Amino acid sequence: MIEGLYRDLERRIESSPPGLCPVSVTKAFLDLCRTQTCGKCVPCRIGLLQLTNLLTDVLNGSATEETLRLLEDTSVSIMHSADCAIGSEAAKVVYNSLIGCREDYERHIRDGRCTCTYSLPVPCVAMCPAAVDIPGYIALVAAGRYADAVRLIRKDNPFPTTCAFICEHPCEARCRRNMVDNPINIRGLKRVAVDKAGKVAPPPCGPDTGKRIAIVGGGPGGLSAAYFLRLMGHAVTVFEMNDKLGGMLRYGIPNYRLPKDRLDEDIEAILETGIEVKTGVRVGKYTTVQELRQEYDAVLITIGASTDRKIGLKNEDAKGVISAVEFLHDVANGRGLDLHGKKVAVIGGGNVAMDAVRTALRLGADKVSAVYRRRTADMTALPAEVEAAMAEGVEMLTLKAPASVEVNENGEACGLWVTPQMISKVRDGRPGVTASGEPDQLIECDLIVAAIGQAIEVEHFQDAGLSVSRGTLKATRYGDFPEMPGVFAGGDCVTGPSTVIKAIAAAKAIAANVDEYLGFHHQITADVEIPDPVFRDIVPTGRVELSEREACERVCDMDGVENCMSDAEACQEASRCLRCDHYGFGIIKGGRSKSW
Amino acid sequence: MVNLTIDNRAVSVPEGTTIMQAALQLDIHIPHLCFLKEINEIAACRVCVVEVEGKDRLFTACNSVVEPDMVVHTNSPKVMRDRRKTVEMILSEHDCKCATCVRSGNCSLQKLSNDLNIQDVPFHTIVERASWDKTFPLIKDSAKCIKCQRCISVCEKVQSLGVWQLESTGSLSTVNVSLGRSIREADCSLCGQCITHCPVGALRERDDTDKVWDAMADPNKTVVFQIAPAIRTAWGEYFGMDAKEATVNKIADALKRMGADYVFDTVFSADLTIMEEATEFIHRFTEGDCKNMPMFTSCCPGWVRFLKSQYPHLTPRLSTAKSPQQMFGAVMKSYFAQSIGKKPEDIFTVSIMPCVAKKGESNMELYFGEYAGRDTDVVLTNRELVRMLRASHIDPHTLEDIPFDRLMRDGSGAGVIFGATGGVMEAALRTAYFLITGSDPEPDAFSVVRAQSDRFGVNEATVNINGIEVKAAVVSGLGNTRKLIDALERGEVHYDFVEVMACPGGCVGGGGQPIHEDQEMAYSRGKTLYFLDANAKVRFSHHNEDIQKLYEDYMEKPNSHRAHMLLHTDHDAWEMPKAPRKI
Repeated sequence: MIEGLYRDLERRIESSPPGLCPVSVTKAFLDLCRTQTCGKCVPCRIGLLQLTNLLTDVLNGSATEETLRLLEDTSVSIMHSADCAIGSEAAKVVYNSLIGCREDYERHIRDGRCTCTYSLPVPCVAMCPAAVDIPGYIALVAAGRYADAVRLIRKDNPFPTTCAFICEHPCEARCRRNMVDNPINIRGLKRVAVDKAGKVAPPPCGPDTGKRIAIVGGGPGGLSAAYFLRLMGHAVTVFEMNDKLGGMLRYGIPNYRLPKDRLDEDIEAILETGIEVKTGVRVGKYTTVQELRQEYDAVLITIGASTDRKIGLKNEDAKGVISAVEFLHDVANGRGLDLHGKKVAVIGGGNVAMDAVRTALRLGADKVSAVYRRRTADMTALPAEVEAAMAEGVEMLTLKAPASVEVNENGEACGLWVTPQMISKVRDGRPGVTASGEPDQLIECDLIVAAIGQAIEVEHFQDAGLSVSRGTLKATRYGDFPEMPGVFAGGDCVTGPSTVIKAIAAAKAIAANVDEYLGFHHQITADVEIPDPVFRDIVPTGRVELSEREACERVCDMDGVENCMSDAEACQEASRCLRCDHYGFGIIKGGRSKSW
Repeated sequence: MVNLTIDNRAVSVPEGTTIMQAALQLDIHIPHLCFLKEINEIAACRVCVVEVEGKDRLFTACNSVVEPDMVVHTNSPKVMRDRRKTVEMILSEHDCKCATCVRSGNCSLQKLSNDLNIQDVPFHTIVERASWDKTFPLIKDSAKCIKCQRCISVCEKVQSLGVWQLESTGSLSTVNVSLGRSIREADCSLCGQCITHCPVGALRERDDTDKVWDAMADPNKTVVFQIAPAIRTAWGEYFGMDAKEATVNKIADALKRMGADYVFDTVFSADLTIMEEATEFIHRFTEGDCKNMPMFTSCCPGWVRFLKSQYPHLTPRLSTAKSPQQMFGAVMKSYFAQSIGKKPEDIFTVSIMPCVAKKGESNMELYFGEYAGRDTDVVLTNRELVRMLRASHIDPHTLEDIPFDRLMRDGSGAGVIFGATGGVMEAALRTAYFLITGSDPEPDAFSVVRAQSDRFGVNEATVNINGIEVKAAVVSGLGNTRKLIDALERGEVHYDFVEVMACPGGCVGGGGQPIHEDQEMAYSRGKTLYFLDANAKVRFSHHNEDIQKLYEDYMEKPNSHRAHMLLHTDHDAWEMPKAPRKI
């Protein structure tokens, strides 16, 4: 029974909304810690109780500065003197909270009130960077109104299909359903919507404003901004350096994760609004940002992070060493290498590294290894990606720090020297590594792919006079540049490499700012009625996961690996949604924005 | 149509109807606390829960939409048990000292608890006690707040201000002034709509009745009352008297019985306001001053506070005329004091207003040649008037219609309609027409600015006077007002003259009026004023003979130097907290 309670508590903490009063949370946590004391040592048995009393005084508004001093001194004392971790770690929680949230504590004692307010009305919407109306489209999927679901998503995100395949779904992280059983499979339900909706035309554009906007870079950020600005009635021209639109969605993400015909569905709908596209045009070479600024009423830079970063290894420039950006770009262009009979080592543990190893397998490589300094658990790639790669036969060579590239007599890479590591002390919340002292090892391979990050091609824009800092464009928080009015930037080229949904979110904000700069206040809306919640008891029910094609079959081709849900599965999964837009705080405030 | 069964009776309602609305069709009134139609449908109090056959959970009737063939029970044993438990929980955090509460007898929680036959609360009683500035006109008693959030919603959705907020988190969540401000630091318009929509006694006006009793007990004070137009539409509601029976002249009788020395009708100074404001408007309009932005009326202090906090740069667009309350106070302490041979400082002026903001407005201290101090010494709301009547155990049915006192007795129908949205504009247009053409229009010529239903918004009128076209607009409710000003600032609309009243429907729906659960009274009360206007002997402010006499004997003419000193004001003479920056 109690074990079950602990599991419930664990899930509940996972779904805990941010913004709660730190004093309240600390006291509640301390109350639980107190129940664990064995009763032997004084600091733990009595000290923790006294900390609770002091926290209660703070919450009641009956505390003074003296109380805070006593709270701090006592927690330090317990940390030092408790006999075991039960006491010292509990006191540390109080100490960290007091030091980290000092202002909240002081407000309580000074004014007898707490300035914290509830900040997660609808968890999924609040967690989605683009604030997509998730309860709305789940209700529409449940009602079988798939096209309306797509229309509703497009109000905030013109890439519904793309995101149905590859979004990292931060929306699911704090899903309130986790308090009952598990988070809703939100991305899976989006996949249902886009698979079943068929072709959905975009909404009509607003009346022509007579304003012309140039967008540099046709990736998810640039195209999203183009879409919204076009709907507002502006004339939009997108300049893309590659032959086709899509940016990293086309040239970075492998086809087996995001089939290109599905990406094209999104792009076609976006272009259907009437956007002019100039492909194969590199701004800085054929034209300049200054020229664009003169010719257009506003210029938006959304060039993403399209180039690679160097690792700094000996012989890094040898033949047979390639960056993941280049490797994946070539495959997308149909110029992928034939790796039959070859051994491949991919350096890195992020999502791009997983894309590289799985792509290498599909190109026929005999053996593919992911070489990573830390442990599998520390990889920044989504756990599902790591699992899928392992299922397909990728070797995870962990705790190996790349040291140098071994070259043969022809100057070609033939191996990767690595220094064995051991996991070490936690730094900034993440375990660090240190050399284990064992001698370096040679990993024999014919191709080394470095997936250690992306960089931004800022040179032209820097030369044009725009601020650049640490390799990123330095726009203000409104996305503009005081030094060049009318020029805006957003997405990866400002924030550094990030997710698709964040690029879309940035595009939303900048589209609104550009619109305002041009003297308008257009509103983006979706004319979709959202179904009322259905009368339903909350019955714990398992979460439906999307199935994948068999590993041994899928590695033989580049086709998509993930299957959609069945109708019955979709119906059940959608009906698990707790409709936080209606139940709970969402109905009061912050639950639904019908326009932005 | 959706067919369903409620309490074993069949009913058919349109799709999208809530269970609560559907039940009303069967005359089943499902109990509720937090629900405010279209304003606060948040299902917070859980009092309106009902049982839906086949489901374990209970559902809230206020915001759950009917489904075909559903079978609903609103008073099954399960519902009754859980509803009762919920109310017991609310009572465990409520200061149940009903004997000293202004809302006793008019409290939704008290009625609900009594109806449910709750005689004891089984839980620990923990009442929140937070400090509050008791000198401010608006008082919040956290010990009585049930966190229904109606105040938050009314302030935000109807008035477009965010003075209230749910503060702190978890079980310590409470309603307080937003953004950590004190009420004095907040951009509160003092409209009082939060008070009239509070189901309990957590929000009220500062009670100033003791100051009036003290003044009436002081032999050196001459206590002079004025009664606002909107008071006559509502004071009898508490006593179950209709508007025909509950006349304004009976209030005069009551005040005299309590100890008032003189009683006047604010309708007189409404007429005076029209003389000053219409003259000012014609002057500003013909000078071309209204080409870009209109002149705004200034008689609603809630609106003046709103403008000064939200659009401070537009403050010069206000008419400089004082409100009728303040004008009357000034006249009482100068012209009237002189006529009865009293010193201004011995005159104690009391106004009875449907308004909380008037308490704030009267705070302004003035220094003139004629007198120093406040125009109006004490402002009482309609509710305070009723409390004084009850305290002095006057049976209102025994009251008689007695005339107001001399010198400032006359009042026109134009002054009477000041209490309803559109009334000031209509009255002003009647007189402006006369001032320009020298002849009277049809009294109802400008009735287009009156509210046409209880959906208050903007009414426009384009008036042609001798070939001069005046574009006028009338708006009530501050949310509607914000939309109108934003449209003006964006250049989407243009008007020359705009009347604003902060409360939806105008003063008749004011924050100082009697409170009725589930009923918005403004529209029907407004009709009373229009009835009185239609039946008035004089329907034009400029034909008010006592006003004419005031100008002849004392003020000389509208907008004269003395009129400027006594009847006009400087809106920059006091500070109003500015609106917080939008994030």
